[in-house]
Amino acid sequence: MSTLMSIALILIGLLGAGWLLRFVGQRLTGNKPFFRDMALGVAFGYVFGALVLVWLVWAYIQSHSADATTANNFFFLGKAVEGFAIFAVAAFIFRLLGRHIGPDASRKIFRSMPLTASFGVLVILIYAFVAIFAAWLAPYGQEEVLSSANIVPGGNPAIGGNPDFPLGTDQIGRDIMSRLIFGAQNTVGIAFATTCLAFFIGGTLGFLAATLQGWLDQLLSRGVDVLMAIPSLIFALLLMTIASAWAGSEKGLLTYYMILIIAVIDSTRVFRLARAVGLNIVVMDYIEAAKLRGEGLGYLIFREILPNAYAPLLAEFGLRFCFVFLTIASLSFLGVGIQPPTADWGTMVRDLAQFINFAGFAPQVASAPLLAAGAIALLTVAVNFVVDWMLHKSSGLKE
Amino acid sequence: MASILKIIAQRLALGILTMFVVSVVIFTAVNLLPGDFAEAILGQGATPEAVEAIRKDLGLDQHPVRRYISWLSGAVQGDLGNSFAQANFAAFVGTDTGSGLSSVATQIAPRFENTMFLAGVTALFAVPVSLTLGILAALYRNSVFDRATNIMTLSSISSPEFFLAYILILFLAVMNPILPSLSNIYEGMALGERFTKTLLPALTLTLVVTAHMMRMTRAAIINLLASPYIEMARLKGISPLRIIVKHALPNALAPIINVIALNLAYLITGVVVVEVVFVYPGIGQLFVDSVKIRDIPVVQACCLIFAGAYILLNLTADVLSILSNPRLRHPK
Repeated sequence: MSTLMSIALILIGLLGAGWLLRFVGQRLTGNKPFFRDMALGVAFGYVFGALVLVWLVWAYIQSHSADATTANNFFFLGKAVEGFAIFAVAAFIFRLLGRHIGPDASRKIFRSMPLTASFGVLVILIYAFVAIFAAWLAPYGQEEVLSSANIVPGGNPAIGGNPDFPLGTDQIGRDIMSRLIFGAQNTVGIAFATTCLAFFIGGTLGFLAATLQGWLDQLLSRGVDVLMAIPSLIFALLLMTIASAWAGSEKGLLTYYMILIIAVIDSTRVFRLARAVGLNIVVMDYIEAAKLRGEGLGYLIFREILPNAYAPLLAEFGLRFCFVFLTIASLSFLGVGIQPPTADWGTMVRDLAQFINFAGFAPQVASAPLLAAGAIALLTVAVNFVVDWMLHKSSGLKE
Repeated sequence: MASILKIIAQRLALGILTMFVVSVVIFTAVNLLPGDFAEAILGQGATPEAVEAIRKDLGLDQHPVRRYISWLSGAVQGDLGNSFAQANFAAFVGTDTGSGLSSVATQIAPRFENTMFLAGVTALFAVPVSLTLGILAALYRNSVFDRATNIMTLSSISSPEFFLAYILILFLAVMNPILPSLSNIYEGMALGERFTKTLLPALTLTLVVTAHMMRMTRAAIINLLASPYIEMARLKGISPLRIIVKHALPNALAPIINVIALNLAYLITGVVVVEVVFVYPGIGQLFVDSVKIRDIPVVQACCLIFAGAYILLNLTADVLSILSNPRLRHPK
């Protein structure tokens, strides 16, 4: 109760401070409209925001003053603030570079880009680079068991770190940094392949249904309705149970089954969109003209409908990728997704999760599982920022 | 009035039909399993006679269609069969003393209640917070506050649930021990203690769900702000808050109710991962455990319950949005 009381007191104090701010502002500026029309809630918001900023700066300073070997409550906050600042600056520089270097077309895109979107593009490029060149970037192999296990991340020998393994090693002595890098290749690669497959299945069927209509459309649409009535994660788990029985001891096979299962489940959503977009295009005059010309079904779908359905499908691709990526990560986290020894972020989080409980003694220990989970979050956040910007641009929402 | 009842009856019938087809899909999927439980449970010591005996006990020797009918008719009456993993010989021979541990229904019932409690606590936080934030974001659109909430909600939508869960554990349970990181809930627990232990998983789910609801609320309201009657209200000199709450909100209610119901439906699936992280004894945890040991009756039953809840909430969303929007009550 005392915490609730103090929170209430702080809020009332902030409200008073907000009133004071407005009052002083009105007096000092001679009743400028900015202060004159300011609602009390807005003044409260300014004071609250300022307080949060001050607290962040204070906490950031706290996170540095203590000795690295002892527990520090502000360690993670400090790292988060640093990460945020670094990414913000990097995104800003990236956008600045994009505005001045390169062909006219890309410069034009960069000019209208908000900072969040340039952050997204930058992160996606970094992930793509790491995923493609994982084998050259990683210091060790993903399945390589090294001599020493449970090395603390940070590379500080005083608390059990080792400079050879900057992010430490896991319980059986595999280098975490290498596994994170290979995880980019495996997790992102598999998610990308699954999304492509889902789009191939869903897009083709959706356009087919839109072009042919009739019983095929009815059949496919009702089938999709049924599949969408089951929550996707639950359905994926159910099918993975069956797949694991089919795969038996062939663990590698299970990954292929998973790609297929998630692709089919997600293709239902793609089908809906492709069909809806396709139906709008099919009624156009140029489709009629193409039909009268005697063009075949393949020509209609790939040369007439597809180019006109590009923009919504591309935005959907980004969103679908996020969903697929998160589903795969969740499945792996629950232990039925990508199988060890393949390095994968979801599995890594599950394996390393218990280290979080030691964060009270040495904060560095807990960073390994958070890094894996954070790697997942960072990519989906980045993709979502880019998709958000694309949707905003195409929809022309101004207010 | 009669037309409303008719529409609702139509939707209900459609929902029951969907439920039936879904049960067929689930049953068929489960029966695609190679081999069967009899072989799995006996392992290397499987003699043909023993396998045959267990098959007969479990009714696995009957035709699939017949098994489906008996399973469905049992499920409708609340009898979901016996769990394979908890099975004891007595239960199958029919001399069960009535401890009832082995039946799926008794296994699921308390966990179902726990999950509902978790979902309820989450909704208690999420709905008011997201509505308030959404209205505020629409009121101060394109301000610093709006941009900050936009970035924060987008980030929390796109993070995996377990990431948010571990972040919360890290800050609220490990670094600053305020809340327990494990939700060991048992029967006969005091409500206050139960609430405290449910708080951390509920907060995680709130973070996930609030973001989506808030964004939809904001979008629904902003969509309306361009319409002439809002312009009129603005010209009359009504304050922005009053315009939004009194004039825009009632018309934005249909999409908002829809999104709340959909997110509650999302909660049903979201609980799986969160329950596993916090070892919360809910139905999601049971589902994942049963999936791992291939306890088919439990998997089937859980799937059916999840799908049922999902369909029911979607149905509610449908009906509520029809009720709140007079235009939908009179289809062309």
